[in-house]
Amino acid sequence: MKALCWHGKHDIRHETVPDPKIEEPRDAIVKVSSCAICGSDLHLFDGFMPGMEKGDVLGHEFMGEVVEVGRENKKLKVGDRVVVPFTICCGECEQCRRGNFSVCERSNRNKDIADKMFGHSPAGLFGYTHLTGGYAGGQAEYVRVPFADVAPVKVPQNLSDEQVLFLGDIFPTGWQAAAQCDIQPTDTVAIWGAGPVGQFAARSAMLLGAREVVVIDHLPDRLSMAKACGALTINFDHESVVERLNELTAGKGPDKCIDAVGMEAHVGATMDSFYDRAKQAVMAETDRPHVLREMIYVCRPAGVLSIPGVYAGLVDKIPFGMLVNKGLTVRTGQTHVNRWTDDLLRRIEEGEIDPSFVVTHTEPLANGPQMYKTFRDKHDGCIKVVLKP
Amino acid sequence: MSNPELTGRPSSLDRKARSLVRATASTTPRRHTAATKLAQGLGWFSIGLGVVEVLAARRVARAVGLQGREPIVRAFGLREIANGVGILASRQARSRSAGVWSRVAGDALDLSALGMAAAAGRHASRGRPVAAMAAIASITMLDLACARALQQEANAARQTTDYSGRSGIRLPTAKARRTEPDRTDESAQEAGMAVHTAS
Repeated sequence: MKALCWHGKHDIRHETVPDPKIEEPRDAIVKVSSCAICGSDLHLFDGFMPGMEKGDVLGHEFMGEVVEVGRENKKLKVGDRVVVPFTICCGECEQCRRGNFSVCERSNRNKDIADKMFGHSPAGLFGYTHLTGGYAGGQAEYVRVPFADVAPVKVPQNLSDEQVLFLGDIFPTGWQAAAQCDIQPTDTVAIWGAGPVGQFAARSAMLLGAREVVVIDHLPDRLSMAKACGALTINFDHESVVERLNELTAGKGPDKCIDAVGMEAHVGATMDSFYDRAKQAVMAETDRPHVLREMIYVCRPAGVLSIPGVYAGLVDKIPFGMLVNKGLTVRTGQTHVNRWTDDLLRRIEEGEIDPSFVVTHTEPLANGPQMYKTFRDKHDGCIKVVLKP
Repeated sequence: MSNPELTGRPSSLDRKARSLVRATASTTPRRHTAATKLAQGLGWFSIGLGVVEVLAARRVARAVGLQGREPIVRAFGLREIANGVGILASRQARSRSAGVWSRVAGDALDLSALGMAAAAGRHASRGRPVAAMAAIASITMLDLACARALQQEANAARQTTDYSGRSGIRLPTAKARRTEPDRTDESAQEAGMAVHTAS
């Protein structure tokens, strides 16, 4: 079969790899009908995530048709149309039973390495480094889905791929980011980053009843998409984020702040971003935490910082004293996708939200390597790429 | 009377204050990004260094271990001045980026000249060119980061795709109005109820 494979920094190839096979009795094989490039795939593309090996199949946002199931899989049958969440979960361990699916205790088959890196291992992930299991990803014609009787979400035929594909990652990620803010009707929610997760976080905050949603970015096309759902926008190339947020909140600061940017914050708008980039170049820091610093500074005391953006390792110059003295709550984590999918699928079916709004580019899988560059460079108004194997 | 703090509905006083805030905010734009400010700093630094290299070539040559090569130091000084003027005279991010990239190329020339001096010198006399190379390498990193940031700004400025029709959600009218308090009811209803369909 054909798949997109990682061969090093900025080197992704569309090449032939062996077809996946059923390895465990609860597995399933899914024939991919649509997959997407996620912002966190760019961290692999840019070489910021450790634990990749040449030839690894990428991709953790995918859906398709079940073409084979293991003998112990009682949930799926051949022909089912499913969206597969990016976190692999067993459904039986203590964390899965609590609904903490992204920290499943059994699905990471390289748990020992992850334990050393993180203290305790998170769940296995599709197409996302050997630290999280080294599972082949979904930017391919076929995928083996482990524990396939737990996470995959059956979706109805009357909804298009583009309407349901994002249930596997970015929609629940944006939703969880807003949900863990515990949004009140009086809240102003500020969201850094108008990429796909930021767009879904903005719409989720709206649906959860925020009084005002403010989205911060510097790309006019992304800001126009954020404005479309009723959010206010701040272009950090043109105005000071801190000043503007304080102006919008009568000097009090936003009640809830969401970091939908993560470790690769834009270099150029602020001096600390240059500092981070220089430290990153000499390997004295792994991530660029400008957004974290700004959120801590501007958030209203007793507010909440929600961080769906991906951070990989070490950050520097975080004003922790400010965080403590302002009594801020920090909530982070990979998304517990299955905690939200039933509710979100219902909202899609009822027409409350149509996630296809975010798709700007649809291309054949073979064009994947080029689309990684287009997405990374934000060329051609690119916000979300869907690939068709 | 409903309490705005509980219902989330802005009072008339709130609405006046917020519209004033919006009007005020629009008058306080950020004039320069950090990348632009850094580029300007690098431009002035270039000019300053260039003037010193031209006027005090012998001293500079001795300080960095390039004794006897004063004409090269003067030529480098003239290049620095030209680079600095080019950066400061640029009004667009793209041309400013080109100016900073030319500084990176100049850094490479400096490093190669110092590298040759270090390689040719006796062990005891290698210290000065090596120290100068370390200083230039750190400036080069700053130049690189600045040039890339300016290039990204230029690319960002090129983006013009308008996605303002892609709401994606259907909100109750009251909620839509609450998010955009200065819109008319009619336009809020249109924006709030519009659901984009990708087909």
